[in-house]
Amino acid sequence: MIAWFSDPTHWTGSDGVFALVIQHLIYSGVALFFACLIGLPIGLYVGHTGRGVVLIAGLANALRSLPSLGLIVLLVILFGPVFASDMAFIVPSIIVLVLLAVPPIMSGTYAGVAAVDPAAVDAARGMGKRPLDILFDVELPCALPLIFSGLRSATLQIISTATIAAYVSLGGLGRLIIDGRAQNDYYQMAAGAVLVGALALLVDLAIGILSRLTVSPGLTRRL
Amino acid sequence: MRFDWLYRESGRIAELFLWHLGLSVIPVVIGLLLALPLGWLAQRAGFFRSTLLGAAGLLYTIPSLALFVLLPLVLGTRILDPMNVVVALTVYALALLVRTVSDGLESVPPDVIQAANAMGYRRLPRLFVVELPLAVPVIAAGLRVAVVSNVSIVSVAALIGTPQLGLLFTQGLQLRFLTPIIAGIVLCVLLAALLDGLVLFAAKRMTPWQPGGAER
Repeated sequence: MIAWFSDPTHWTGSDGVFALVIQHLIYSGVALFFACLIGLPIGLYVGHTGRGVVLIAGLANALRSLPSLGLIVLLVILFGPVFASDMAFIVPSIIVLVLLAVPPIMSGTYAGVAAVDPAAVDAARGMGKRPLDILFDVELPCALPLIFSGLRSATLQIISTATIAAYVSLGGLGRLIIDGRAQNDYYQMAAGAVLVGALALLVDLAIGILSRLTVSPGLTRRL
Repeated sequence: MRFDWLYRESGRIAELFLWHLGLSVIPVVIGLLLALPLGWLAQRAGFFRSTLLGAAGLLYTIPSLALFVLLPLVLGTRILDPMNVVVALTVYALALLVRTVSDGLESVPPDVIQAANAMGYRRLPRLFVVELPLAVPVIAAGLRVAVVSNVSIVSVAALIGTPQLGLLFTQGLQLRFLTPIIAGIVLCVLLAALLDGLVLFAAKRMTPWQPGGAER
């Protein structure tokens, strides 16, 4: 495997490691963006109003049991003929990635807002803040630790599933594993696995740092 | 849906279903058996807690497909050996359940422990007779998550060729044929619901003192 890594032709070029890492990050980033776009507002709404809690929990449970590989394959066959060229597998893969990432973001946000100290909310209301100001000035900052933990599991889920989506020809590090399997090249598979693992750990670390930088020190000192 | 195809293939599908059942359940059982002593250690010793939970979180970060591929290197097994899948899923279950068991033991009220001490319980009997039974609701909640996500992760192993329902997905894509894919998804969801219900039922039977039984 060290031999595989030390071969410079494996690193550069359109199917080299660098290109694959960038592809992996782009697909994951796009999926995470859309998942946040859907999950954050719903989580904030449910947390703030307390409406629809059962619905969110049920949805998260139901989605957890859906096999991601089956979903990707299903959507590729259903949507494949609709789109031209590469979009035939990119769009279904991204849809599945978003679908898997929304529940953790949604429930993290909801749980974060719901767990905010009611005294803090009351104090803000007493100071004359309007509901929307309370949400964005008080509840959202206080909910950040749990929002980040939801974001973290969503991101890991996305990176893991984007690897699987290589099976329906999506680019990214999963290519090394799937192509290695097809060519009976175990070292290429193992290299791909190591790289995916490392990528997941690094992204996890980055989110941890981001969360440390953005969460108010007043919260972390108490927790 | 082509029901005639399902009927013709029902024997093979049943076989894949049983494989899927085994691959989902066995790792969770092993994981729970390992997590009980480790979670107990983590809950008791502060140093162990951060190290163990940190290591567990790290293991949980590794994508499943990567773990399936790398384990042969560690275990010396062949890539097609179902053992790789069992070990990988045991690692995930263990990583999840160590935290759960430790949280569950933490959730036992201190008054109860003091009462047990006053009644003359020694440490180990107290653990088995008092603390573990009271930790069941929290442990069961973690167990449900572990079982349900395992059912979904097992199907990924189809990409390296281990027999289970995931093979219906790969077959469906190769043939551009929806029936096996839909059958596979439905069976996976049913299996997850079945196992989830089973854990819920067992937890309810074990916690007759809870007003509504074990809820999430």
